[in-house]
Amino acid sequence: MTGNGASTNGKIEKVSIIVSKGSLEGIYPALIMANGARAEGIEANLFFTFFGLDAIHKARHEHIKLATVGNPGLHLATWAGGLPGVSSVMTHYMAHKMGQLDIPSIPEFIEMIADTGAGLYGCKASVDLFGLTKDDFIDQVKDIITVGEFYDLAAGGQIIFT
Amino acid sequence: MPVKIYAGTEVTVNDEGFFTDPQQWREDMAPEIAAENDISALTEPHWQVVKFMRHEYAEKGTGPSVRALSKTSGVSIKELYELFPKGPAKLAAKIAGIPKPRGCI
Repeated sequence: MTGNGASTNGKIEKVSIIVSKGSLEGIYPALIMANGARAEGIEANLFFTFFGLDAIHKARHEHIKLATVGNPGLHLATWAGGLPGVSSVMTHYMAHKMGQLDIPSIPEFIEMIADTGAGLYGCKASVDLFGLTKDDFIDQVKDIITVGEFYDLAAGGQIIFT
Repeated sequence: MPVKIYAGTEVTVNDEGFFTDPQQWREDMAPEIAAENDISALTEPHWQVVKFMRHEYAEKGTGPSVRALSKTSGVSIKELYELFPKGPAKLAAKIAGIPKPRGCI
C-alpha cells in the first residue's frame, strides 16, 4: 500500500464516501459510486452527515425529493420550481425515468449496497443536532460515529465528499 | 494481446485478464481462472453463476451487472458477494470467459 488508498499496482482499493446532501440528486451519485466500487471489488464505506442523514432515516428515505429551486441544471425558472407540487411532480418523473433504466429507488439501493458488504454510518454531530437516535435509522446502519472514528475507518483509502 | 494457458490450451486475454474470444473458453479452464483470482474452489453455486453468465452473454451479447445478475439468476446480492468477494459480475465474467460487463448499477 502506498497510503493513499491505492495499491502498488495503482488501483484504488478502498473508498469512504461522505453524503452531506438530502436531495435526490445529492444522494444518488454517492450511492452509485459506492455500489460501483463494491462491484469492482473495492472496499467501500458510506458516512451520512447533515441532510444526507435523510437517506438512511426510516421515515424519510422513501420521500427524498429532487431540488427544483436553486437547481439551474433543471432548466426550470426558479419561481416555477417553487410552485406547490412541482418538486413532487419532477421527483416522480425522475423516478419513472430511472425505473426504465432499472435504477433502484433510494431505499432499495441502500439495502442493496449494505448487502454488497459496504458499511453504512451516521455522523454523531448531525444525529445529535437533529435530536435523533440510532433507532430512527434503518437497520443496515452499522453505527453512529464521530468524525474521528470516521477518519480511523477511512484510513488507507480515498475519501469522496458529495 | 497477452496469452495465457488454461487447462493446457493457449488463449488470448486483455490487459485485465478477460478473454478476448469467448469461443476459446472451456469448462475445464474455469477452476484455473478462479484460482488466479483468489477463489480456491468452484462450488456448485459458483458454477450456477458462471454458467448463467455464459448463458446471458450468449443471449444478449453482454454479461449482466451485479444487480441484473441477482435479479435474473435469483441469487441474492449478499450471496453473490460471498461467492465472489472481489466483485461478482466482474469475477464471474472473467471465470466464464466473457468480456467484463459495463453496467454502472
